[in-house]
Amino acid sequence: MIGLEHYLAVAAALFVIGIFGLFLNRKNIIILLMSIELMLLSVNINFVAFSAYLNDYVGQIFTLFVLTVAAAEAAIGLAILVCFFRNKGSIDVEDVNVMKG
Amino acid sequence: MVASDFWTVLPEVLLSLYAMLALVVFVYSGKDKHAALSIWLTSGVFLLLAAIIGLSNAPETVSFNGMFVEDNFARFAKVVILLSAAIVLVMGQDYASKRDMLKFEYPLLVALSVVGMMVMVSAGSLLTLYMGLELQSLALYVIAAFRRDSARSTEAGLKYFVLGALSSGLLLYGSSLVYGFAGTVEFAGIMQATQGDGLSIGLLLGLVFVISGMAFKVSAAPFHMWAPDVYEGAPTSVTAFFATAPKMAAMGLFARVVHDAFGGVIGDWQQVIAVLSLISMFLGAVAAIGQRDIKRLMAYSSIAHMGFALMGLASGTTFGVQAMLIYMAIYVTMNIGMFAFILSMEREGQPVSDIAALNMYSKQEPLKALCVGALMFSMAGVPPLVGFFGKFYVLRAAYDANMAWLAVAGVVASVIGAFYYIRIVYFMYFGEASEPLDANLPRRLHIILVVSAALMIAGTFFSLFGIETLAQIAAASLAN
Repeated sequence: MIGLEHYLAVAAALFVIGIFGLFLNRKNIIILLMSIELMLLSVNINFVAFSAYLNDYVGQIFTLFVLTVAAAEAAIGLAILVCFFRNKGSIDVEDVNVMKG
Repeated sequence: MVASDFWTVLPEVLLSLYAMLALVVFVYSGKDKHAALSIWLTSGVFLLLAAIIGLSNAPETVSFNGMFVEDNFARFAKVVILLSAAIVLVMGQDYASKRDMLKFEYPLLVALSVVGMMVMVSAGSLLTLYMGLELQSLALYVIAAFRRDSARSTEAGLKYFVLGALSSGLLLYGSSLVYGFAGTVEFAGIMQATQGDGLSIGLLLGLVFVISGMAFKVSAAPFHMWAPDVYEGAPTSVTAFFATAPKMAAMGLFARVVHDAFGGVIGDWQQVIAVLSLISMFLGAVAAIGQRDIKRLMAYSSIAHMGFALMGLASGTTFGVQAMLIYMAIYVTMNIGMFAFILSMEREGQPVSDIAALNMYSKQEPLKALCVGALMFSMAGVPPLVGFFGKFYVLRAAYDANMAWLAVAGVVASVIGAFYYIRIVYFMYFGEASEPLDANLPRRLHIILVVSAALMIAGTFFSLFGIETLAQIAAASLAN
């Protein structure tokens, strides 16, 4: 029987994979965007699982909002990325280096 | 019922309607030809809303079934946000038009982010919190990269976006845990769930995630790494905005969450915030010493200031919230003055941000050098100036809450931090002569600089213009 804890474990694993993707990725900025998306979607699994467990629909509504915001966020991220590409001619993470830090 | 709910959110609704309507009107009527009009109009709307919110004596209301709270705390924060946003918009106009980035969208994006901030400080549930925060952040990502043809600006936008999205993710993961273990997203419900046997491990984990997400937004160490790069890379008019209104909004949100939702378990978050505060104060003070770029220096300065503001919050008392609000109001005023000056730093029409450009500035512009000197001393917290009282209140709040160690650490950090503020004054009065900065500066920036410096001096004699009482009323409306 698959219970709440299984869903939470999957969500936590996906979330951690997303965070590691952000920090360990040395290649491509697109992968950063994918990692961010993975984090947000893992949160959705959490919300839906809790919503079903608590028999309370607020979690599902929250999920719909998160999905919408994630779409907007991806759109803005890609737009900034396109501007960045026009200036630098590259989307390598190593090229994000005009300023130290 | 629904009608009265909409009356409560009227300022937010009006501002978003204005932003959307103005966007359409400007697109169909010549776009950037009316960019200046767009700036003045938006700032006028901000001032109008600040007046409506500030002067209203409507009772504190909770609307939309507890999701949106309009109390004195929210009003205080909103007035600070709206006023500072209005001034900063007008301040940046000359800078933007010289760099060919005077576009009508800019003030409207600022307006949308201000809507987000107003929702943030009024949040009564995790859902409103998240929506407000994202509306604010999404608009800020865009304006950080507003100078599309500049590699630095787009890089700043990209860094801000990636780290901002990470922080939203952390905050959201925390929210999902809080929802699961408290069974509700409303702050009042979470407060009830935490009463009795204290925090369960799931709620504690959620709380820590939420706090780290918010620490990102206020750029408290160790979540500060985006701030120096974004401050340096973004156009200066945008940096001026980043350093003022969003900080107030994020601190307001911070206070709202820890008091309204987790006010019953102060002991569980007090230590976390105290540690954030301690690291921020020292990191801000030490790392700023080596900086040559004044915008980077202001970033580290703001990290240190956030450390002090968090100290007020760490005390976990109503007086602590009051101290935090006083500190933030003073911080915003000082930063507006300082950025009015930084916006005016030019040599042969090109913006300069090297500190060495200030050498012997006092000979060339005695009045402005004096004003900048007053602001610097105020930021350092030297006694007769208003900045000292900000620090005094937070230190007292920490001391009263039996956190004398934090207060002592704060004094040490502010002594270390005084070094780099006073070094700027040293450059202006005793440095080696170098190429002078341009003299013909916009009158507007001059006035804002002088007024801000004058407030720093006069505030001492007029008992901080009553901010203390206002902050007290505001702080009293948070649950405890």
